[in-house]
Amino acid sequence: MPMLEVKSLQVSLPGPRGTARALRGIDFELARGDTVGLIGESGCGKSMTALALMGLLPQGAVIDGSIRFDGQELVGLPDAALCELRGQRIGMIFQEPMTALNPLHRIGDQVAEPLRQHRGMGRTEARAEALRLLERVRLPQARQRLDAWPHQLSGGQRQRVMIAAALACGPDLLIADEPTTALDATIQGEILDLIAELVAGSGMALLLISHDLGVMARSVQRVMVMYGGSIVESGATASVFERLAHPYTRGLFGARPRLGGARGRKLATIPGRVPELIDLPDGCPFAERCGWVINACRSALPPPLPVAAGHTARCIRVDEVARSAKP
Amino acid sequence: MNELLLQVENLVKHYRLPRESLFAQAPQVQALRGVSFSLQAGRSLGIVGESGSGKSTLARLVMALEAPTEGRVLLLGRDLHTLRAGELRDARKDFQMVFQDPYGSLDPRQRVERIVAEPLLRLTPAERRERVAEALDAVGLRSADMARYPHEFSGGQRQRIAIARALITRPQLIVADEPVSALDVSVQAQVLNLLQDLQQRFGLSYLFISHDLAVVDHLCDEVAVMHAGLIVEQGSPQRLFGNAEHPYTRQLIAAMPVLQASTTVPT
Repeated sequence: MPMLEVKSLQVSLPGPRGTARALRGIDFELARGDTVGLIGESGCGKSMTALALMGLLPQGAVIDGSIRFDGQELVGLPDAALCELRGQRIGMIFQEPMTALNPLHRIGDQVAEPLRQHRGMGRTEARAEALRLLERVRLPQARQRLDAWPHQLSGGQRQRVMIAAALACGPDLLIADEPTTALDATIQGEILDLIAELVAGSGMALLLISHDLGVMARSVQRVMVMYGGSIVESGATASVFERLAHPYTRGLFGARPRLGGARGRKLATIPGRVPELIDLPDGCPFAERCGWVINACRSALPPPLPVAAGHTARCIRVDEVARSAKP
Repeated sequence: MNELLLQVENLVKHYRLPRESLFAQAPQVQALRGVSFSLQAGRSLGIVGESGSGKSTLARLVMALEAPTEGRVLLLGRDLHTLRAGELRDARKDFQMVFQDPYGSLDPRQRVERIVAEPLLRLTPAERRERVAEALDAVGLRSADMARYPHEFSGGQRQRIAIARALITRPQLIVADEPVSALDVSVQAQVLNLLQDLQQRFGLSYLFISHDLAVVDHLCDEVAVMHAGLIVEQGSPQRLFGNAEHPYTRQLIAAMPVLQASTTVPT
């Protein structure tokens, strides 16, 4: 049995201008030790997926479907029970190490907080464990820094502290939402390597959320590409990046400037813009921007069609797309 | 031979930090430690480096938003930092800036017309509207967008508005500080293409600051790598990215996540 099983997960957000369908039927599974990436652009629903898993959806959000974590249904679970899971069995790292840490608490106390909360450790014991964790994430001079304030650390160091706090209780699932987006390129690599090493060493599962294809390529075994609230392509990282089965995945690839690419040439762009979640079409959400579109695309959301072993794409024209030249 | 547009000579900038105790000497940050380069009209220079390397300080000094501790910034032969306030205001029409954050750099309470027309001086309302329409058209927005507010636009469209504001004075130099870093991949491509089009159409020069080597490689004729307040290496992107000499440049290139897929053969 997979550790995490998400089935036809739907989230809608009622608003003054209508109901936004933030997630329109997400299905995926994660076993212990799996590393999976969620790629997509702003508003595609990738962060909403993470929030739904953590039970941290915004007020008024309507959730439907099922999230089973070790056999336990999380949808509809009371907040107190979710609180037990968060920080203990599910750890999360956020994008902004500047804002995710409390500026008024010393970093040692912030790492120790989940230990005292969930493990019932005393002050001294939690502090010793916090030091061990900060050393494990290789915060330089961890012992001297236990009593440092967040503002005294650099961005990369703060992200190490965040990781230490997320790992404090030895979670089974680590959700990392754009963990390196705010960091410099050289630091980004170090943090990704650190996460990979910790995940491999502990056997926990990783759900990595990023808009950066390069980050995905080096960090996860499987990727899911999201667009307009659904997973449009999913498969082994190498297979997805080699086949680029969904037109949107192709669009994303073509739009990236590449080092050593033809200078002065135009970048390929995806025409049009991301659809508003309030008036998502009934059919394929990418239909309006797609070069392969036919009438049938607009009638219903295409089902995930097989592309290769364990690799699917929600596109009824996958064969035609596969035959055309890659970006 | 192109005309020399911008000359930066031995720029030094120190910032004084707050004192740690009453009698201690205030510590200083040496943000720039002697930076020199020149830029010809119609060319673009990319500045790459990590946070804290001095890229943004350099942009602020070139834009004459701050005075250097030492050194000169010459635009079309005039030293910007010795001009009087009135002269500098007039000179500003030749150089404009585009910022990173399209959410923070546009006043949410002003309509697009007022935002874009802000750099213009001494024009009648009719003339002003005409210039705004022209600038919006150049960046691919409609003149009807003039009456709307920033929140009605997506991130990419907002960055177009910011570019229109920079274009409206018909400048020769645009200083762009991470103009596409906050944008999604597909939107980033549209804005980069737009910057390229505008350069060809108006003969603009860019001083283009970015931490993304691939973006700089795509857009710039020349690249300068900054590290700890100095330009450690400068040259054409081909040479720099193909055969970097400085260890820091090599480190930057090595840190770039590489996509294997772009090199694999389709099956």
